[in-house]
Amino acid sequence: MADPFESDGVTELTMLQAINETLHAEMARDDRVVVLGEDVARNGGVFRATEGLYEKFGEHRVVDTPISEAVIAGATVGLAIAGLVPVAEIQFLGFSYQAMHQLAGQVARLRYRTQGRYEPSITIRAPFGGGVRTPELHSDSLEAQFANVAGLKVVMPATASDAKGLLASSIRDPDPVLFLEPLRGYRGIRGDVPDNDHLVPLGVARTAREGDDIVIITWSYQVELACRAADSLRSEGLSVRVLDLRSIVPLDIGAITEAVSHCGRAVVVQESCETGGFASEVIATINDGCFWSLEAPVARVSGYDVPYPVGMLEDLYVPDEARIIAAVRRTLESG
Amino acid sequence: MTIPSDAQLREILVDMVTARTQSARLWNLQRQGQVGTVAPIDGHEATIVAAAHALDTEHDWVIPQYREPLALRRYGPEILERFMLYSLGHPAGGHIPDPIRVLPNQISLGTQIPHAVGIAWGMVLRSEPGVALVFFGDGSSSEGDFYEAGNLAGVLNAPVVMVCVNNQWAISTPVHLQTAAESFADKAAGFGIPGVKVDGNDAAAVYDAVDEARKRALAGKGPTLIEAVIYRLGAHTTADDPTRYVPPEDLEAAQRDDPVLRLTSQLRKLGLWDDAAQQETEVEALELLDRAVEDARSAPLAVDALLDHCFSVDTQRLALQRSQLLEARSTETR
Repeated sequence: MADPFESDGVTELTMLQAINETLHAEMARDDRVVVLGEDVARNGGVFRATEGLYEKFGEHRVVDTPISEAVIAGATVGLAIAGLVPVAEIQFLGFSYQAMHQLAGQVARLRYRTQGRYEPSITIRAPFGGGVRTPELHSDSLEAQFANVAGLKVVMPATASDAKGLLASSIRDPDPVLFLEPLRGYRGIRGDVPDNDHLVPLGVARTAREGDDIVIITWSYQVELACRAADSLRSEGLSVRVLDLRSIVPLDIGAITEAVSHCGRAVVVQESCETGGFASEVIATINDGCFWSLEAPVARVSGYDVPYPVGMLEDLYVPDEARIIAAVRRTLESG
Repeated sequence: MTIPSDAQLREILVDMVTARTQSARLWNLQRQGQVGTVAPIDGHEATIVAAAHALDTEHDWVIPQYREPLALRRYGPEILERFMLYSLGHPAGGHIPDPIRVLPNQISLGTQIPHAVGIAWGMVLRSEPGVALVFFGDGSSSEGDFYEAGNLAGVLNAPVVMVCVNNQWAISTPVHLQTAAESFADKAAGFGIPGVKVDGNDAAAVYDAVDEARKRALAGKGPTLIEAVIYRLGAHTTADDPTRYVPPEDLEAAQRDDPVLRLTSQLRKLGLWDDAAQQETEVEALELLDRAVEDARSAPLAVDALLDHCFSVDTQRLALQRSQLLEARSTETR
């Protein structure tokens, strides 16, 4: 007889609902998990990602902090040393600049500088990314800056199901994880999410679309746009693969090499500025692993090298389906 | 008011003399190129040692800045051993073994204060008795982390004892350029917590202040900010020349109030200290230090220790780098 708790049932959820459900599940599963951040308790988070946690788990485990990003990040170090599993929220990733010295200088190196005495089971959640016309400093795509911080994992889900599986893995991971949630995806991405415990390992990329002619490599919300581009090009008979990195640290080098070797052509898409963006790292990885299988130079689609713009200019800045399609065509035609 | 017993005062003086003796030796070893940068302890002994003696080493945490380790002998001989590894640049210097409740040195000023608040908060959540005592200097009190952490500690009512070691100098910057406030203790008002100013050259006074702050914290009454007023009698570090900026007359006045000399003279009057005790303490201090330096020098260190403990398990990238590193080393030595 089937065990109802082992059902392989799924429920359609938005990414936001999947995140909220996972936080509930992880807090119920492990009483060392504590949630802290600005407006996370009584208000349930400004996006409602932490809704219901305060009511269910109480004021000691779900804590509204003062507006102090540095001490939100810094306190996680102490909480982890004391044996807890903090899940902190930085309300918008752009505000993480005010915590950078703690995130990069302290959280990321706790294990290394104490040579493993302390287990930094720390998760920092932060929404980021364009498309919702936020005020300044709310949308910046800063993942490359954090990928350049040794000791920190940077996880960036693109689907509701992965939001659950990757967040659960991040919270249970013994290393510090920066878990980045795309603002546009909160309500704009929905999909079937497994009802039961669902873990997606960190550092294993996902093939979001099968294809043979060219691969688009990307992460987070840009996976959604890349899939739309691939579907649209498929109607013209082009076979476009989409590789969703899921996490940029750890990076699934093997999956990148395999996909590029198979297709021979690649486009890397990112929302951040072009210079020093993570696409550069992906392209260097391609050069290291499979340069001689390339039939054309690898293209990049990025934001521009300007600070994240105000609302009326946003659509020009953030890569869209049309720019991705243009880069794919260019790459298919060259070489 | 809690006065340390005669036996405690004597133990405090042993630790103070030990710290000063070892610090002087380390200064010389640095000049001989045998250890890295050294921050001399001179003038800080009473504050750090007496504070440590007011704690319960089994339950209370010490979160240091960087000058304290020589004076934290009460937490065990491992502190000195690890500090020597640290001074020589061995990675194990940052691993103070379990269950010693002392964090390794913190070079980024003030960043340890949020950590102390997190530890204290965590102890409350886990219903563990204990406090987190964090040391930082007058200069560090200008960092944002001091304000954010003090504020959060107040809001959470966390069992934190914040000890601002006011040695009058942040390298070359005097306190009047650090703050316009009357005192660092006054800053507690902004956090809604008690601020206490204490003569940091008076071991008994520091002991009492920390003891009271600790008892308040354990009783659920929250954090205390203690300003221990002292004078930095030595250089900031071996890389510093304080004759460029410390007025000689100020230094001379401070030397007359040297905390080690003060407690030594008190205990001599009480018959608790004599030349033999002094000599025995100095000899043992040097033996301990020399052995710790020797052990640190001969501590094994594998090439790929460079990559250990970055993550719990190597990422694909680190695993590649590890094999590249080992390959490069084996080619070099071939």
